[in-house]
Amino acid sequence: MNAPVPPPVTTSSAPCGGIDLHQEQGQRAVFCGLTGIVWLHRKIQDAFFLVVGSRTCAHLIQSAAGVMIFAEPRFATAIIDERDLAGIADANEELDRVVTRLIERRPDIKLLFLVGSCPSEVIKLDLSRAAQRLSGRLAPVRVLNYSGSGIETTFTQGEDACLAALVPELPRSPAESAPSLLIVGALADVVEDQFLRIFSALGIADVRFLPARRAGAMPAIGRNTRYLLAQPFLADTARALDERGAQRLAAPFPLGAEGTTGWLQAAAEAFGVADETFVAATAAGRARAETALAPHREKLGGKRVFFFPDSQLEVPLARFLARELGVSLVEVGTPYLHRAHLAAEIEWLPAGTRVTEGQSLDDQMDRCRAARPDLTVCGLGLANPLEAEGLSTKWSIELLFTPVQGYEQAGDLAELFARPLRRRALLEV
Amino acid sequence: MQLTLWTYEGPPHIGAMRVATAMTGLHYVLHAPQGDTYADLLFTMIERRDARPPVTYTTFRAQDLGRDTAELFKQAVSAAYARFQPQAMIVGASCTAELIQDDPGGLAKALDLPIPVIPLELPAYQKKENWGASETFYRLVRGLAGAPGPRPAREPGRRPLCNILGPTALGFRHRDDLIEIHRLLDSLGIDVNVVAPLGASPADLARLKDADFNVVLYPETARSAAEYLKKSFGQPFTQEVPLGVGATNRFIAEVAALAGIDPAPLLDGPGSRLPWYSRSVDSTYLTAKRVFVFGDATHAIGIARMAARELGFTVVGLGTYGREFAREVRAEAVLHGIEALITDDYLDVEAAIRAAAPELVLGTQMERHVAKRLGIPCAVISAPIHVQDFPARYAPQMGFEGANVLFDTLVHPLMMGLEEHLLGMFREDPEFHDSVGPSHLGGNARSASSAEAPEVAASTAPSASAAPILLDEPVVITTAPWAPEAEKELKKIPFFVRGKARSNTEKFARERRLPLITLETLYDAKAHYGR
Repeated sequence: MNAPVPPPVTTSSAPCGGIDLHQEQGQRAVFCGLTGIVWLHRKIQDAFFLVVGSRTCAHLIQSAAGVMIFAEPRFATAIIDERDLAGIADANEELDRVVTRLIERRPDIKLLFLVGSCPSEVIKLDLSRAAQRLSGRLAPVRVLNYSGSGIETTFTQGEDACLAALVPELPRSPAESAPSLLIVGALADVVEDQFLRIFSALGIADVRFLPARRAGAMPAIGRNTRYLLAQPFLADTARALDERGAQRLAAPFPLGAEGTTGWLQAAAEAFGVADETFVAATAAGRARAETALAPHREKLGGKRVFFFPDSQLEVPLARFLARELGVSLVEVGTPYLHRAHLAAEIEWLPAGTRVTEGQSLDDQMDRCRAARPDLTVCGLGLANPLEAEGLSTKWSIELLFTPVQGYEQAGDLAELFARPLRRRALLEV
Repeated sequence: MQLTLWTYEGPPHIGAMRVATAMTGLHYVLHAPQGDTYADLLFTMIERRDARPPVTYTTFRAQDLGRDTAELFKQAVSAAYARFQPQAMIVGASCTAELIQDDPGGLAKALDLPIPVIPLELPAYQKKENWGASETFYRLVRGLAGAPGPRPAREPGRRPLCNILGPTALGFRHRDDLIEIHRLLDSLGIDVNVVAPLGASPADLARLKDADFNVVLYPETARSAAEYLKKSFGQPFTQEVPLGVGATNRFIAEVAALAGIDPAPLLDGPGSRLPWYSRSVDSTYLTAKRVFVFGDATHAIGIARMAARELGFTVVGLGTYGREFAREVRAEAVLHGIEALITDDYLDVEAAIRAAAPELVLGTQMERHVAKRLGIPCAVISAPIHVQDFPARYAPQMGFEGANVLFDTLVHPLMMGLEEHLLGMFREDPEFHDSVGPSHLGGNARSASSAEAPEVAASTAPSASAAPILLDEPVVITTAPWAPEAEKELKKIPFFVRGKARSNTEKFARERRLPLITLETLYDAKAHYGR
């Protein structure tokens, strides 16, 4: 009998800022990139997302979203069946048939994403050629493709892949244009509107968002484009923007008052906004954020928080909790740590913070149980089991679905972390 | 390739997880890419289980495909064995791992673990969740029940002994059905040997053969295993599923016959409240209510039968998404004088509901929403499972208490008899007009349905703004226009039968190629269909 050999898991890696960085391999409890469709289809209101995948993909989307799809959604799955696999049916012809009927039925659709999945990747179904072919046939409907497969993408990387697929399609802005600002990453409409008002007060007039709310309103880009990432998981999108000549403004992420100020500051500096103007434009927001945060600081101050890896938002969130609410960080798990995009965030984390990149689920759960944190931020699959062991948890997915960026949402963001503790204190049963 | 917006069943490995999660001392190693771990939340969030499912996923990624996914699988099996020390393991692949053909069964066997390791072949591109649960349970029973052989005769004086087969994790009311059936069997004087899969360990499966017979509660998950036990150990199994009073009585008689005991004391006991409630005069208004039933085969058949025979409803639609049991559902539909609907496309089900114009829909969560769109009362009687299907209270579907629960479930969504009567009397009163709708539906039912009206129109014309994606060409039917006085008269008909009156009259006019629907047409049609 072979003795069971547990796989190697944790390695301490090269120093990265002042943090205690570990890399881990093993079982990962994370969503795949298909999950991003749940918020992306709401953001781009005339886009349809067609997953080319298996019954598992369809089941994931209807389950993971926490909702069953009862209305007519703007996403669906073309389920590959054994006829496609056995070559009895030509998968490309089948796909064309499904897409053609879909578009005939939904004349409101202006942009169709063919979304690759694990099975479509493994059988090497070429969705980029399919998208080209169908774009020609279905004009003026544009057909693009990206991969949301679990083998290629982790949860929020699906949004990254989607936006990266949009970038080559964006109109080119004339070379001599005045500098314009592009905000990259899906934000709630209300948050976009708040930021627009602040940028306007800063005197930055030409501000666009990627993705835009409608397929026909996607921003033009070029060498005059300066962009701010609104989300920390957009590595491929940033690379594609760089290739089109746009320049990234290095900044922290707009979570919490401090992050929001740092993020706005990066734009203000790039656009030569005077200090007095900046202070005047942000003072009210900062003051309101401070008022909203104060009560939560009392509840969260000194609490010990453990993050399981989920969305890549973990590092900025941990920074916000540590610096603005006085939380003590036990471990910050993240599926992937983008050293460059998160440079300012890593700098701001308390020295010696344990950051774990990647995951070995059972080992991480052992560490969490041993540490008995006051609050554990984790996915839906882990939350109730940890609660049953007496640990308070915060579902991480809510941090994606709730507007949390900017000054006006700083208090809401803190409240998301404070609520499980408050609830535990309230319950007498 | 099939276009799917929503699916009644998950892939077959979800069925395997329902069995594994139901059991103790069993671990499932699933060769699956990162992302397939979403399945955990079905159990921890929908069923609110307090522990992770006993499943280890390999969560391979693209970079692993270039290396050695087989090695990754072996490591996962070894690590899971070392950590969880299960009595037995099941191993298999999800849809993506099936394509890379690593042979989980062979790889696990090569590790030579000191416990039974049972390989599962669950073809993800052909089969679905319930089949996966059934196949997994069958493989487990086959692998762990021991060598086939004759059963020793029952010792004199020992109470009859049975197994209960079928309940799983994430099962529709399985938790409470089990309590109710336990109670029934106990009052008959029958002991329960093993309940499986729910709560059973691999060691318990080795004791299955000690029982005199098997009680199969959910044929979808347990019939294959029960057939194997019958063949291997000569254990007969029950055919009757105790949904409703009649079926519960037949179930008691069947079980008593298998156990060789007298069912009379229990059959003569107090039983269910349903028969008296159904005979009570306030239930008169339930007579011939048109009901559409859709769900898994077991619940659809049982509830259709009960609705017709015990509540006096008329079953105008019956169907299932479970093709494995299509034959049984078709046979039941014949008894109701209708043709069964066998489909896993909810748009087909929606179209069938529209066409049948029922007054009550008994279905899954999807039919609940279809019914809401159509302004028809609805109750949920079957999986796919939803957090609402795990009520805190005791709410079985089976046995006498189950019949009580089902009476309430089926009757409450309908307007109470008196309320319906008053609505008819005060129809034109300003605060009591038909667009108010039944008060217990929050007053929204009618307005929801009138908001739906444009969609109804859209689905029969190819314009479609946000119309459903119907993959079949819409049938464009020209219907005669309504004369104003006929339209006005139609409005005087109570709203809950108005839709049917309208469609019947239009059908009547179409068949006779009438150019205009007049008052005369309306009443001719009424007389025609009222025969």
